[in-house]
Amino acid sequence: MRHEEILHRCFRCGYCKLPGDYSDINCPAYLRYRFESFSPGGRMWLIRAWLDGAVEADERLQEVLFSCATCNNCVEHCIFPKFKDQILQAFIAAKEKMVEQGSLPPPVRDYLTTLYKHGNPYKMPQKKRGDWAADLGVEKYANQAYLFYIGDVGSFDERGVQIARSAAKLLGRLGASFGILAAREGPDGNEARALGETELFRHLAEQNIKVFKELGVEKMITLSPHGYNAFKNDYPELGGRFQVFHYTHLLISLLTGTGISEQPDSGPSRRVTYHDPCYLGRHNQDYETVRQILGLLPGIELVEMGRCKADALCCGGGGGNFFTDLVCSGPETSARVRVREAADTGAEILVTACPMCTVMLEDAVKSQNLEDRIQVRELSELVTEAVFNTGRYHGHI
Amino acid sequence: MGIYSSLVEIVGKDRVSNSAADLYLYSRDSGAQPPGRADYVVLPKTAEEVQKIVRLAGSEDIPITPLGGGLALSALVVPQRGGIVLDMKRMDRILEVDEMNRYAVIEAGVSQGALREYLKKNHPRLQHSTPEAPPTATVTANTLIQGHGHISPRYGVNSDMIGGMEVVLPTGEITRIGSCALDRKWFTRGPMPELAGLFVGWYGTTGIVTKISIKLFPKPAFREVMVFQTDDIDLLPEAIFEVMYLDLAEDFFLITQEKPDWMNHAFLVVIVSGHFKEEIDFKKKVYKDLFKQFKGRKTIQFVEDLHPALEKRFLDVPPLAALAADFRQGGGFQYTGAILPIDKVPEAWRKGIEIAHRYGMICSYVHQVLLGNSIMFGFNYSFNRADETDIEKAQMALADSNRVTLELGGMIWKGEKPAQQMVLEKMDPNTAELIKRVKGLLDPKGIMNPGNWERE
Repeated sequence: MRHEEILHRCFRCGYCKLPGDYSDINCPAYLRYRFESFSPGGRMWLIRAWLDGAVEADERLQEVLFSCATCNNCVEHCIFPKFKDQILQAFIAAKEKMVEQGSLPPPVRDYLTTLYKHGNPYKMPQKKRGDWAADLGVEKYANQAYLFYIGDVGSFDERGVQIARSAAKLLGRLGASFGILAAREGPDGNEARALGETELFRHLAEQNIKVFKELGVEKMITLSPHGYNAFKNDYPELGGRFQVFHYTHLLISLLTGTGISEQPDSGPSRRVTYHDPCYLGRHNQDYETVRQILGLLPGIELVEMGRCKADALCCGGGGGNFFTDLVCSGPETSARVRVREAADTGAEILVTACPMCTVMLEDAVKSQNLEDRIQVRELSELVTEAVFNTGRYHGHI
Repeated sequence: MGIYSSLVEIVGKDRVSNSAADLYLYSRDSGAQPPGRADYVVLPKTAEEVQKIVRLAGSEDIPITPLGGGLALSALVVPQRGGIVLDMKRMDRILEVDEMNRYAVIEAGVSQGALREYLKKNHPRLQHSTPEAPPTATVTANTLIQGHGHISPRYGVNSDMIGGMEVVLPTGEITRIGSCALDRKWFTRGPMPELAGLFVGWYGTTGIVTKISIKLFPKPAFREVMVFQTDDIDLLPEAIFEVMYLDLAEDFFLITQEKPDWMNHAFLVVIVSGHFKEEIDFKKKVYKDLFKQFKGRKTIQFVEDLHPALEKRFLDVPPLAALAADFRQGGGFQYTGAILPIDKVPEAWRKGIEIAHRYGMICSYVHQVLLGNSIMFGFNYSFNRADETDIEKAQMALADSNRVTLELGGMIWKGEKPAQQMVLEKMDPNTAELIKRVKGLLDPKGIMNPGNWERE
């Protein structure tokens, strides 16, 4: 197994479970289960034990491995230099081995099978991929400045579709030049890779790369940080080298210089707190773009949660859990803890920049009965409200 | 109804496991001791749940082992005879901080990191004594194993800081000790018979502590580190005496490491703190003057150009002490925590180097001075968990340093089972008998973490 040589070096000191200030549990799987087995250190020791034949790949061990939300908190906070860089890769390598053996929790098996058979986890026909944009007048990609890659959630999830439409409309109103792939778009494969289905990931990536190259794509923006991560970090070694941006990177350049931040303040501010998506933040070290965008918006006051940026508590949706639900049920899921933390800041809006985070957090707000205190917005929705819908902006965009 | 089903009835299905993976993990710790055997792992949330589990264990005659952070490294809470491991970390509420009376009431699973951060945010003028352990170590378990923290040289060991406790007895009664037994205030554990002593240092063999009150101390605004170095080990007892006699240090520890060469000296690390800059400047001047005039002068020198990384390491609370576990790139670490009289430091120092070399290790020490009466002298051993020979060497080195500790008239802090055997063998037979009687009285069925504090 790749990275096998590091497994015994974990001391299980537990920094990997915590944020930088040690204040609380910051590992979604450990927070949900609370057995040491589900902490990164426990998982490390159990993989070693499994490879040594001391434990079997039974249902529990499968649960231990596949509940990892790949949030990278362990990598961020482990105190052992160099070793830490391989922690998550070791977990993914162990999942690869489980996939090879066919030892998978049923929800993981079903997700991967559906992704392979249908080209998306929603069992939707490929021809419907572009339906989300049917009435928006969004062009298909044909040498515009950017390819706008939407992904599975933005294309098919009911809430994800709203977000895709919001982002596309906003970028369009701000004059961005972009096109979409619609029915030619395939899954980015980020979750398949995180679940250890390396061959499926490779297959999906190669299909996408082929399409991108055929169409002459040079620059792309993504709706989801998950796709952004795959295209930016994993596609290059498969020959897919493109200029990859999250859509917020384009958004800030479009907003900067419009003068929106100089509009006179004509009403009370809305307090907003920002949830850092793991695949934008810890995986790609971008903590500032969204905060800078929020800083440009009229009538918005940003208040930070105690755990933010590199210390942000993951919503629990990464590593395929958005689809497989292994860490998403019960009162102490990270999404529920996260929305309570957000509400405690006094913010009325919890904004994020990821369709998966948005869905996870919205569901958690409902289950925690916090609808009267806080609402969840995807960033493009908040920008649209702040710039166009509140009557505060009187400029020309 | 079977034991598993009964446990599920008490805490719910998601909080009980008898799966092979969980049992494997809860049957071992990060030290060099061989694994034990857990049959069930249970995660209670309340004292009442603990009470029901203890009663179940009693009625079924099965052992029960309470677990905090699991970082003692000496397998104190690795079950030796099977049974239930109670992972206490879901009992993680900070129930009360009484700022005026300077104490916090916490549940047994509250971690050092969580309490420290809570105080920093909500009561920034107060602090608790934080051990040189990862922040996942629990406050309660650390006090119960007679741990010590970053202000122990000034205020004493952490077990002395207990102001009250709630305990589930082996027979199932929930009992309170200290002022909380009389009224709702948890500010003091006496005057009354010292019942807390029935649970401190017993490693869970006499009951399960579910809540404690821990004393809080002033947190001065200014805190600085001064480092002195010497190659004359025989000067150390008197140097320690003088530093402690002046009574101006917040923390005081001694370190050395044979490699790299620049670390191969005895370093005296003195942390001074104060509410006022003038106060801290005065303390620094006093200690500098002390060693300027000390003995034949210049035998103990002030380190002028302390590397910023070292300064940070010394001032961090808690420090990243776990880094020592990777010295041999093998994830294993254990030490003999020798509680020694100060005058035995030079002899222990030399013996420890001999032991390390005997087993092909590089000597590395971190010792903390405890008030002026003793020192926690750490004979440290890193080892490679993937190498059975390396693990055996660490076990042998531990046995040697345990033996040296007792030969020097010292005591062994949180010793592993073989160390406990050595202590019991050396102990006055009447004392050993008293320990046995107390255990038998409180735990007549012998279900509480058996294997600890008993002769084989």
